[in-house]
Amino acid sequence: MQIHISEADGTPFYQQVVNQVKFLVASGRLEEGDQLPPVRRLAEQLLVNPNTVARAYRELESEGVVVSRRGAGVFVSDVGSPLSRKEKTRILHERIDALLTESSQLGVGVDSLLKLIEQRSQTFDSPRGEKS
Amino acid sequence: MSESAVEIKGVSRSFGKTIALDEVDLSVSKGSVVGLVGENGAGKTTLLKHVLGLFKARTGTVRVFGKDPVADPESVLGEIGYLSEVRDLPDWMKIGELMSYTKAFFPSWDDAFAEELREMFELSPDQKVKTLSRGQRARAGLIAAIAHRPQLLVLDEPSSGLDPVVRRDILAAVIRTVADEGRTVLFSSHLLDEVQRVSDHVAMLHLGKMLLSSPMDDVLTSHHRLTVRFEQPLDSPLKIDGVLRCEGEGREWTVLCNGDRASVEHCIAQLSGELVDRAAPTLDEIFVARMND
Repeated sequence: MQIHISEADGTPFYQQVVNQVKFLVASGRLEEGDQLPPVRRLAEQLLVNPNTVARAYRELESEGVVVSRRGAGVFVSDVGSPLSRKEKTRILHERIDALLTESSQLGVGVDSLLKLIEQRSQTFDSPRGEKS
Repeated sequence: MSESAVEIKGVSRSFGKTIALDEVDLSVSKGSVVGLVGENGAGKTTLLKHVLGLFKARTGTVRVFGKDPVADPESVLGEIGYLSEVRDLPDWMKIGELMSYTKAFFPSWDDAFAEELREMFELSPDQKVKTLSRGQRARAGLIAAIAHRPQLLVLDEPSSGLDPVVRRDILAAVIRTVADEGRTVLFSSHLLDEVQRVSDHVAMLHLGKMLLSSPMDDVLTSHHRLTVRFEQPLDSPLKIDGVLRCEGEGREWTVLCNGDRASVEHCIAQLSGELVDRAAPTLDEIFVARMND
């Protein structure tokens, strides 16, 4: 599990850890039953306070993303949960917002943007999608 | 309710006509990391020296694990690991001698841990302290400060003047210390990104007064950085309650505020200012704004 945090992000560190673990779960890089690193090891790796990592793990547990098994560690729980869908939506919203901002600055309207997305999507779907 | 490792109440201190500490309070709870920040000469070192019992509080009280470090130095100092700003190590000793010398003061000295650190830091037992580089010196000082696994680690500017690799070693040592159940770290630093990373609590000294002492998350979430665009150019920075710093020119300004964001935003709206961006500032930005306020 590789996660990175930054003080310039503006989001509290524990929240950055929470978001990134959720992202890894939603994107399939962490699967059900995978073990998260122990608090102390992740803290030393990220160079953050262990209390910060512990708080992130507690938050993830209360949201049902991970389960903590006494003495064994922290594991990713059932990923088919609705939370995973909610998280996927959240991630997509972020990307969409950035795309909308960009296109509005370039003077491209939403209708044209949708058309572009559809065109690109066809390129993706066609086998060995040719590059434009 | 967590117990305190350090409890400082109403401590004042002057050197001649200079007031170094002015009615300072600070409570450090067990198991936490407290970052002490402030400009040069703000009183950070003076405060830390009171915790170590090197200065006797003339007014106010200092308690470390419930004891007075001046009246009861043996029992207090045995629990503390200290790395001073000037890293005053005995120059004439070799690393190996420094380690056995320091060990003699601390019954809880852990030989295996000390050796592990020495090897990790690539220090040879035969090297003379006098010949060490600045970074090696900091590492040697760190071994002497943490190999007895102190309950309280006090670091005065541990990172100043060091390269990123040594700074990383020091931060990792801080983290390892608190990861051991219930241990506490109190450190002063100018590197606010480091303080933001490792501290649970931040204490800001300014001209001998404690300007702010709060949990890190509260400090970060109670300050806001607003980017504002006004209909008409402003010719001077905003003066509104809650605004700590206002920078910019013409129509676009960056405003750093704390506390009641809604009321600041309301004032801005009344001056026909449009909020273009709202973000959480870093500890560094908050510090600069507070110092100039």
